[in-house]
Amino acid sequence: MGFIRGLKCRECGREYPVDPIYVCEFCFGPLEVAYDYKSIAKAINRKKIEGREKNLWRYRELLPIDGEPQVGLDSGFTPLLKADNLAKILGVDELYIKDDTVVHPTLSFKDRVVSIALTKAREFGFETVACASTGNLAHSVSAHGARAGFSRFIFIPASLEASKITASLVYEPNLIAVDGNYDEVNRLCSEIANKYRWAFVNINIRPFYAEGSKTLGFEIIEQLGWKAPDNIVVPCASGSLLTKVWKSFKEFKDVGIIKTLDTKVFAAQASGCSPITTAVKEGTDIIRPVRPNTIAKSLAIGNPADGFYATQVVKETGGYAEDVPDQEIINAMKLLARTEGVFAETAGGVTLASAKKLIETGRIKRDESTVICVTGNGLKTQEALHGHTMSPHYIKPNLASFEEVLEKIKKGL
Amino acid sequence: MSVKVRIPTPLQRLTQGKEEVEGTTGKIIDLVNALDKKYPGIAERISENGKIRRFVNIYLNDEDIRFLSGEETVVKDGDEVSIVPAIAGGCR
Repeated sequence: MGFIRGLKCRECGREYPVDPIYVCEFCFGPLEVAYDYKSIAKAINRKKIEGREKNLWRYRELLPIDGEPQVGLDSGFTPLLKADNLAKILGVDELYIKDDTVVHPTLSFKDRVVSIALTKAREFGFETVACASTGNLAHSVSAHGARAGFSRFIFIPASLEASKITASLVYEPNLIAVDGNYDEVNRLCSEIANKYRWAFVNINIRPFYAEGSKTLGFEIIEQLGWKAPDNIVVPCASGSLLTKVWKSFKEFKDVGIIKTLDTKVFAAQASGCSPITTAVKEGTDIIRPVRPNTIAKSLAIGNPADGFYATQVVKETGGYAEDVPDQEIINAMKLLARTEGVFAETAGGVTLASAKKLIETGRIKRDESTVICVTGNGLKTQEALHGHTMSPHYIKPNLASFEEVLEKIKKGL
Repeated sequence: MSVKVRIPTPLQRLTQGKEEVEGTTGKIIDLVNALDKKYPGIAERISENGKIRRFVNIYLNDEDIRFLSGEETVVKDGDEVSIVPAIAGGCR
């Protein structure tokens, strides 16, 4: 039932069979899944999608599997909130939050990509799944892998905070804490991936894994009543999500699900790690690697693998890019919680704060529709807000003490 | 004195297994083309139409040539050139 034609190098176009490989042997470019869009156009339509379960597999024709979905049957189809309170404050007419703080089961958009990666790993016959991660990806591979019955190896830098380690350990994977930083962990994992027959979701399964990000874009279009927004703001770490969201919009147009597409794509980063937004602002294709220094740790990739492609999407669509300092990230996290009741992780603060800047500078027009992608839950990174929230009102366990405080609250003290 | 060129594992098949070969002084792109005379096929793996391929990094004495003068970067006697494929992937 699959519609995959094979893998294709994004750089030189050389074609490869569907295997757990990710780099072109000839020019070292990244491999990408190639589909038979003609057949997909005949096989998929709005009615068919609407008749399916509300999970990310409702767009299965455009996902890189051959058999039935096996992992993530409860993942995806998160809310698209119409954010009227926030729109009023930012001074725009039509604003939406794509709320991936609530993806099943580990509360970040990584549950989407891991659903596809593990389904594919099973199709390839792997028994062990693995990843290098400092947070959301580790949680998702640990959890999805547990339910699907895989043996799991999770590689993290040993210096990671205890709370993040607990959130992986609870699923009882083999957690390998490496004496080194994230880049060193990654390099080690590439060597391990060459030696052992394991499915490293973000290494040898990456071409399939990355396709899972498209489901975020498909959902946005469906939830807007089968139309694409005028603007979309996407947070960037490796740049893969932004690239794939745009790919999803183009695919829906190519297979006839939507008739018109005129969306501008905007990239958001933290100023403490902004290789992609800096390249866009300087009008260059060259991504200069940086050493990350930001509270937005889930976006802290100094040498982004898909950075070049992300800048191309921004350019192609007439979008732009913006980055914001840590204090603005915190302010935006609080603003989103206060106005729309959504507690995003730091990356969500990055996206909202960048969107605010893009609106204020006129890059995003106030009378157009805009979607802000919030990709992870704030409960995971609470330490980022320590010292930045309100304090509780402390009282004695009697009515008089409460009413004393109530008076103060009423007076706005 | 001479120019040392470090060859990555995937390209060592073209250099008869040698990890390190001798290079020429002058522009990087000329060095690549000169290598091809000795080791046929290596230039098209590293470059296309006179440009270094996007997923191939070349370092001159540990500095990425993109931040020097790119393909026009001049290699001097005693310099060390490293050719390193950028491996896509491995990201959160």
